Amino acid sequence: MAEYAANIGLEVHAELSTKTKVFCGCLTAAGAPPNTQVCPVCLGFPGSLPVLNRAVVDYALRVVLAFNCEVSRPSIFERKGYYYPDLPKNFQISQKRAPLGRSGYVEFPVDGEMHRVRIADIHIEEDAAKLTHPEDDRAHSLVDFNRAGMPLLEIVSEPDMHSPSQVEGYMNAIRSALLYLGVSEARMEQGQLRFEASVSVRPADRAELGIRVEIKNLNSFRAVLGAVKYEIARQTKAVQAGETILQETRLWDDLHEVTAPMRTKETAMDYRYFPEPDLMPLVVDDEWIARVRAELPELAGRRRERLVREYALSDYDAGILTAEKALADLFEAAVSRGAPAKPAANWLTGRFLYLLNERNLTAADAALSPEALAEVVELVESNTISGPAARQVFDRIAFSGESAKKVVAELGLTQISDQDELGTTIDEVIAEHGDAAENYRKGKESALKFLVGQVMRKTRGRANPKLATELLEKKLKAD
Amino acid sequence: MKLTPEQVEHVALLGRIKLTEEERELFTTQLNSIISHFEQLQQLDTSGVPPMSHAVPVSDVFREDEPGESLSTEEALQNAPEQARDCFQVPRVIE
Repeated sequence: MAEYAANIGLEVHAELSTKTKVFCGCLTAAGAPPNTQVCPVCLGFPGSLPVLNRAVVDYALRVVLAFNCEVSRPSIFERKGYYYPDLPKNFQISQKRAPLGRSGYVEFPVDGEMHRVRIADIHIEEDAAKLTHPEDDRAHSLVDFNRAGMPLLEIVSEPDMHSPSQVEGYMNAIRSALLYLGVSEARMEQGQLRFEASVSVRPADRAELGIRVEIKNLNSFRAVLGAVKYEIARQTKAVQAGETILQETRLWDDLHEVTAPMRTKETAMDYRYFPEPDLMPLVVDDEWIARVRAELPELAGRRRERLVREYALSDYDAGILTAEKALADLFEAAVSRGAPAKPAANWLTGRFLYLLNERNLTAADAALSPEALAEVVELVESNTISGPAARQVFDRIAFSGESAKKVVAELGLTQISDQDELGTTIDEVIAEHGDAAENYRKGKESALKFLVGQVMRKTRGRANPKLATELLEKKLKAD
Repeated sequence: MKLTPEQVEHVALLGRIKLTEEERELFTTQLNSIISHFEQLQQLDTSGVPPMSHAVPVSDVFREDEPGESLSTEEALQNAPEQARDCFQVPRVIE
């Protein structure tokens, strides 16, 4: 059977984190009560005039330059016309013919190799209002215009991805870059990152792309990956059966994990773009570009290489740390406060990520301070607290932001490394668990572990496990 | 280029405008005369001339990222034909 290859392209819509909207002074704060961050401009009142927010251009320029794009000069805004209740003016201000950035690329590792995806265009546009469809009134929908006019950056890739793992790598690279560049909070659950995918399949030995299908309603990485996998399988099967793929837009169904054709009116979408007469062309000068370029922060890829070089971390650990900017920031801040690199990295990539995943949070949501992290590492290295006690402390400071030393003092967790004090506890354990002691003497090594565990339990994790093991062995052999 | 009544109908539909038979004929004739007027421009050789988007030579008009004045919810909803729960209320757009 013939081999098939897939070509996948992605459009990413990212909400920019400027203080105010793109064309008016309304706030962009999340979670505000409905229709409280609105004005004549973002409500589309006749006679109101949009004025471009300089910070939006600055943020967009960071992304454009970070992704190696050319800057269009002039860059112009256009009206994209369509009717829907979420669009107050019946057109969306967007960019088409002269987007701010074009012809760039982004590179990221996939299975140990760098993969390059070309960026076709990066443009600025305004978001639409938010619609809700109340359960208790099936005849109406409700419109909240707080989101209308929020600044969006749309990043359009060429169809240069060929597998779900490349798509995942691309999405991670984009999200990470947005966070590193400080231009978006990129929170998917709040709709700050949204996606559209295009998928086509072709015989692997043919260069010409197959018919492309667009997929909408992708609001999470999981949805994108599910939809891409589903479409590749569906289209491959259809092509193998000699069927023709329809050029269409399909919607991802999160519940049933399938894509289905979008119901469309007979008239195809015809946006009738034309230049927005109310907004003058944007001509970013050389000085502006040079300034933004000079201020570009180190992105994840470079930082990963540096962490390996400077702190002798494994590439794997450095990769995990740099995947989220806040995590790598914590690491470097703790090390600069004297924490040895390896144990600090271990706490973050191990226990900390475990706790965050368990709570469905990111490092930026936690309260862990670099000082507290450095303290925990120091307390363990100096044998002041035991491993289990350290974990107990860490679990608390990760979300409370307290000092580790304070928590250790409060909970009385200082490690017992005193032979006499520990000896008393060990005598008690041996007395209470005569069977286990007997088993050990008969040569059952695992009984020792059990007894050490009992000592740890009796001291609520405060015993120095190494010392406890040594003392136990000594006492059991002496008896 | 000549515009057909079907194309006029299509454009009217995109603009959510309902045309009577007479209007459709009238606008077809009128739009065709506008288009033929502009077609005279096609005789000029414009290769090498960049497309113009704006008639005035002004660029880079910005506002700073500073909060301005917003309307109160009450003011915003004042002219809404229908409202509910501090939102504009519209006919259901999904099933």
